[in-house]
Amino acid sequence: MTPLPRWADVVLLPLLNVTLAFLVGGLIVLSVGQNPLQAVGIMLYGAFGYGSGFGYTLYYTTDFIFAGLAVSLAYHAGLFNIGPEGQAYVGGLGVILIGLALNGMHWALVFPLMIICGAMFGAAWAFIPGYLQAKRGSHVVITTIMFNFIAVSMMGFIISRILKPEGVNSDESAPLEAITRVPQLRGFIELFRNSPVNLTFFLAIAALFFVYWLIWRTKFGYSVRALGNNPVAANYAGISNQKMIMIIMALAGAFAAMVAVNNVGGVQGRLILNFVNGAGFVGIAVAFMGKGHPIGVGLSALLFGMLYQGGQELAFQMPGITREMIVTIQALVILFTGAMGDMMRGPLSRMFFQPDAAAGDK
Amino acid sequence: MDQILVDITLILDSTVRLAVPLILASLAGLYSERSGIIDIGLEGKLLAGAFAAAAMSAVTGSAWLGLLAGVGAALVFSGIHGLASINFKGNQTISGVALNFLAAGLTTFLGQSWFRRGGYTPQLSGDQRFNPITLPFAEELRDVPVLGQIYGELISGHNIITYVAFIAVPVTAWVLFRSRFGLRLRAVGENPKAIDTAGISVTRLRYQALIITAVLVGIGGAYLSIAQSAGFNNNMSAGRGYIALAALIFAKWRPGPALLVCLMFGFLDAIQFRIQGQSFPFIGEVPVQAIQALPYILTVVLLAGFIGRAVAPKAAGVPYTKER
Repeated sequence: MTPLPRWADVVLLPLLNVTLAFLVGGLIVLSVGQNPLQAVGIMLYGAFGYGSGFGYTLYYTTDFIFAGLAVSLAYHAGLFNIGPEGQAYVGGLGVILIGLALNGMHWALVFPLMIICGAMFGAAWAFIPGYLQAKRGSHVVITTIMFNFIAVSMMGFIISRILKPEGVNSDESAPLEAITRVPQLRGFIELFRNSPVNLTFFLAIAALFFVYWLIWRTKFGYSVRALGNNPVAANYAGISNQKMIMIIMALAGAFAAMVAVNNVGGVQGRLILNFVNGAGFVGIAVAFMGKGHPIGVGLSALLFGMLYQGGQELAFQMPGITREMIVTIQALVILFTGAMGDMMRGPLSRMFFQPDAAAGDK
Repeated sequence: MDQILVDITLILDSTVRLAVPLILASLAGLYSERSGIIDIGLEGKLLAGAFAAAAMSAVTGSAWLGLLAGVGAALVFSGIHGLASINFKGNQTISGVALNFLAAGLTTFLGQSWFRRGGYTPQLSGDQRFNPITLPFAEELRDVPVLGQIYGELISGHNIITYVAFIAVPVTAWVLFRSRFGLRLRAVGENPKAIDTAGISVTRLRYQALIITAVLVGIGGAYLSIAQSAGFNNNMSAGRGYIALAALIFAKWRPGPALLVCLMFGFLDAIQFRIQGQSFPFIGEVPVQAIQALPYILTVVLLAGFIGRAVAPKAAGVPYTKER
């Protein structure tokens, strides 16, 4: 099969796949007798039409950028990290511990420490599957799935039995004081009133640039990509595959843990049960849709942020549609861009290289 | 003494009940993975099967039609998985993950659109469910000490799917290790090229495996919604597909051990609430969460090779490309 021109490979093919995913999604909405175009209109309005809606969109986008990067980073090294959900959850423990230890201090001091401490916990949680893959050969897909479940049990125990203060009914940690929490943007920008988007959003944008630099501009990134493309060749080139696998998994876990900074540090101000709420899984769709590139990850995170916020609006306006339609779309995106990503390659390739028709025009 | 016996039978009885969906899903995954197709999507198929079964049963009033719908839904999901991983040679893991989300999203979405009960299907009763069957002589033997208790409570009084699940284990063992189809199935999972060279279609064989997978896991889904419970509720598979996958790995892709591991995981599930708040000698109080996490932890430990080694079928996860 003839290879496609670069722009078609990088832009056209993914776009086609995403369109396909949304078309199928539209058909499903149509099949239950609802109008998909009306649904899209409502979602767009809910996501961008007013200040707090837009703020929520950016808040979700923040989560999805970090989760998307956590999946992408590992994928560059040829590892499928299904564990951001659990890594973010455990990262929340690091965030709340440092937050509670320094409760009452100014956020300018606590915020960087939350990032570091959260990252360490998330990295540690992801390091174990990385270690088991590198040293013991256990498949990282299965272990990260198992670690998501183990995280749920472990954190459930820690929150309900250890962190929960006396006399509180619901399972949650003690709250952080207002001054210690990551400040929300509504304090500075009137537009975002009533929405939880906070400083972590800028951290997410910075993370996108950082990952671009790391993967495409450093020796480390080169080793990661070499490992992902051809582990045998990478090994011959003197790269220690085992070491790289462990480092990249830990790094992925650290990025996933930033979801906790956004939520525990910036929104709830306490550690609650299951605060990650699926954001880690959205990261899988975001990473595949964005093809692991920071620009792609940023844009698909925004798209999913829009879907999640707009979906909320949708559930209010069209009672026949639930927010779970978004999970369906998420699944279709993973299916068409991830699993069947090359489905359209054949037809597309034939379209580009029709032997005689194209030559005849010239 | 009698009370202890009653207690033990009760726990074992719920062990059996909780193990049934695990057994069916495990065996389902066994066919697929033995043929070289990794099946992370068991969870999704279980969920889709449960939903379709409950929805159909609610509408038609027949548990059997419900069962058929459950299997049908699992077949559709298996079909998508096959299309992605056999025809388009895509990544099987990603496809499975997508199917899990697809099931989670679609069941809630369609459930709300069709029934408007916040993700629940209507309550099922009577013929809409598979009801317990009393085996012959259960009543007569009731007064026989020990044996009567075990026969009457533990062996008799389950629904038909439970018996099907337990029969499916020896049948699978026979098919896998004694039949020609089983030989080919094992071969295609280890070395598809050999199968191809022998003039047997790899694609056809793998699709056959996926169909058996769908039938078994579809029955497992139906068990959840129209046998064990009286209706579907949101995300009712609750990770059982993943536990079944863990059991399969734990059993090293063999049917007999898979049954034992599923029973063990079912047992852990059954004693979970009994041990809550109880103190044990030497260990003290065991938190519920530790029991919940145990299947996953055990699987990780096994995968790491600390207690034996789990080696997957060699060709699992690799799409087969015929040479030109």
